Amino acid sequence: MNKYQIAQKKPLTPEITQISVYAPLVAAKAKAGQFIILRVSEEGERIPLTISNAENDLVTVIYQKIGGTTLALDELNEGDCLHDFVGPLGVPTEVEDLGRVAVLGGGLGCAIALPVARALHQAGNQVDLIGGFKTKDIVILEEEMSKACTDLHICTDDGTYGYHGFVTGKLEELIAGGVKFDHVFAIGPLMMMKFACKLTEKYNIPTTVSMNPIMIDGTGMCGCCRLTVGGEVKFACVDGPDFDGHKVDFDEVIARNATYKEFEAKAKEKHLCRLGGGAMNG
Amino acid sequence: MANMQMNKTPMKEQDPNVRNANFLEVALGYTLDEAVNEAKRCIHCKNPACVTGCPVGIPIPDFLAKVAEGDIAAAYEILSNANALPAISGRVCPQENQCEGKCVRGIKGEPVAIGRVERFVADWAAEHGVSNLATAPANGHKVAVIGSGPAGLTCAGELARMGYAVSVFEAFHTPGGVLSYGIPEFRLPKAIVQREVDNLKKMGVDIELNMVIGKVLTITELFQRGYESVFIASGAGLPMFMKIPGESLVGVYSANEYLTRINLMKAYKPDAETPILHNKKVAVVGGGNVAMDAARCAKRLGAEVHIIYRRSEAELPARAEEVHHAKEEGIIFDLLTNPIAIEGDEQNHVKAITCIRMELGEPDESGRRRPVPVKGSEFETQVDAVIMALGTQANQMSYAGTPGLEKTRKGCVAADDHGCTSCPGIFAGGDAATGAATVILAMGAGKHAAKSIDAYIKQKG
Repeated sequence: MNKYQIAQKKPLTPEITQISVYAPLVAAKAKAGQFIILRVSEEGERIPLTISNAENDLVTVIYQKIGGTTLALDELNEGDCLHDFVGPLGVPTEVEDLGRVAVLGGGLGCAIALPVARALHQAGNQVDLIGGFKTKDIVILEEEMSKACTDLHICTDDGTYGYHGFVTGKLEELIAGGVKFDHVFAIGPLMMMKFACKLTEKYNIPTTVSMNPIMIDGTGMCGCCRLTVGGEVKFACVDGPDFDGHKVDFDEVIARNATYKEFEAKAKEKHLCRLGGGAMNG
Repeated sequence: MANMQMNKTPMKEQDPNVRNANFLEVALGYTLDEAVNEAKRCIHCKNPACVTGCPVGIPIPDFLAKVAEGDIAAAYEILSNANALPAISGRVCPQENQCEGKCVRGIKGEPVAIGRVERFVADWAAEHGVSNLATAPANGHKVAVIGSGPAGLTCAGELARMGYAVSVFEAFHTPGGVLSYGIPEFRLPKAIVQREVDNLKKMGVDIELNMVIGKVLTITELFQRGYESVFIASGAGLPMFMKIPGESLVGVYSANEYLTRINLMKAYKPDAETPILHNKKVAVVGGGNVAMDAARCAKRLGAEVHIIYRRSEAELPARAEEVHHAKEEGIIFDLLTNPIAIEGDEQNHVKAITCIRMELGEPDESGRRRPVPVKGSEFETQVDAVIMALGTQANQMSYAGTPGLEKTRKGCVAADDHGCTSCPGIFAGGDAATGAATVILAMGAGKHAAKSIDAYIKQKG
């Protein structure tokens, strides 16, 4: 197999795809919570993606087709090679026996919550994995998640499957039912992590979040991914991506992550136009 | 017969009002006649002070003599034997503080334009297919170099010449380090960096991209893989901020981020995939070369640009030529001024910067007069972006956790002038050892380290 070759490609939903990339050195070192940075082409953008699994020389990542780069990535098929693939970056999630833990995954975040839950489960924790999705049709990785934890709770915003409501609702229900969590891990959209932290703060449960700010080099050189944690500037790429959720200034990250919103929308439009407008016309 | 003209032979430049809207090279270089004419200004002192001012020890009068004779190929051989990257140092060295600063001709006039002639010779060689890639027969020893910036490339070149098998590990997808991500195209065209890297490859140097040492392989693992020595040249590291309110607003960049987007990721091109904000009015905080580079990039992207620096013009750490070019291009210098806060709008976007006037007090430990705030002189300026060019602090990613490796108080690798560290076999140089400095000092460190590595491996047997 060639360097950075896509060995497997599997659409999980119409919007979300899983690829496994041949990168033996990265696969040998990758741990739960770490990420890679890839480029699709010579002139391409560098985008970070959290590692979902790493074994047998393959590194698995899951992406959602939201911008120009992920759309271009999705045009590649099994056998094609990525231009660049670098990692594992960031500090691995601290995995220890904490007792009873809840791992919250929101949408695509479930792909990252999965290896964290698996590692925690293997370390002896009783793990409640709470995966949230908008609707039943876009539930991903259900089988894999059920194997990676003690109890899996799927939630849907519209109630079409599992618990009707957000992951925070399910978490609060479990707590109200008498479950004492020693630690919560929240991984997903910034809004979801922000509200998960508000809830756990109320119940005084230590909470780790996995931050995903905009990044370029991923090695601490550019400072683009900085965020404020407990009043101090931290770089998500070298100090994180995991942080104490009760100390993160979420509103700041939410604003910073929207910096290039217009550019991204244009890039997506441009890409879809180049494809003949197929997706735009449905 | 020496040319006794008092002034340097002028070098053509793009008109400031044209170049401040493009990314093409500012200085256009000498013609053969201009180079010969300038080289003839060297009076060949018995004890050439210029050489002592050169971190890589180029025999300057010797190569100038060859240029004066019109034998550029011979000049290139002398130059490239001493300096692995002449086309680069000829463009970015602070010559006024080094070779040219010591030139006798500079006492009663301008010094010989050594940098300009150096650049001419290197470019002439490339244009005429003249190279100096001879290497000693392979000696069977393997050396790993971490980082492909000026220190790493120089060290790799020197070792390859001696017959070593050298692997350079680069974290980015493009080699060159600061030469690629930091210094803008209009000051150092990336094709020139690529040319120098290609020359090293022709000498047998292996460059492995996307390799973050410390993460994908540790230094200990490099030794396990058969490398007998490791040179740490991983660069300066994490950008610093001022710790003032508003530094995380949208529109506040570190200079590293701003320059990386523009140079490495080509965000200045209209069809680039990596975005950059095109601002109307930009404040660049800092007075070094990096601040000048960021300011001149912002200008080229269409902004009104202010350099905010807390001391006076005399203390600006940037090369005189960069300051001169920046002023010509319309950059506004707000000197004796220091930011105290950045203000944002409801969307958390930068809308203004609040500064305070400064005056110079007593000299501080650096020997420069200490800037002191003038009470009650705060004022606000509307800007939509702020670029922080305040220097960097050590990034230990490549070497953290290496058993027995001592660090400086600031977290850099502790290394002596020969690049030796506390660990036998591990050497370090460039910004990773000294903190942020210049390209040529990094090149000098790479050269010294190569000698030390050679001595280490030979004595080890």
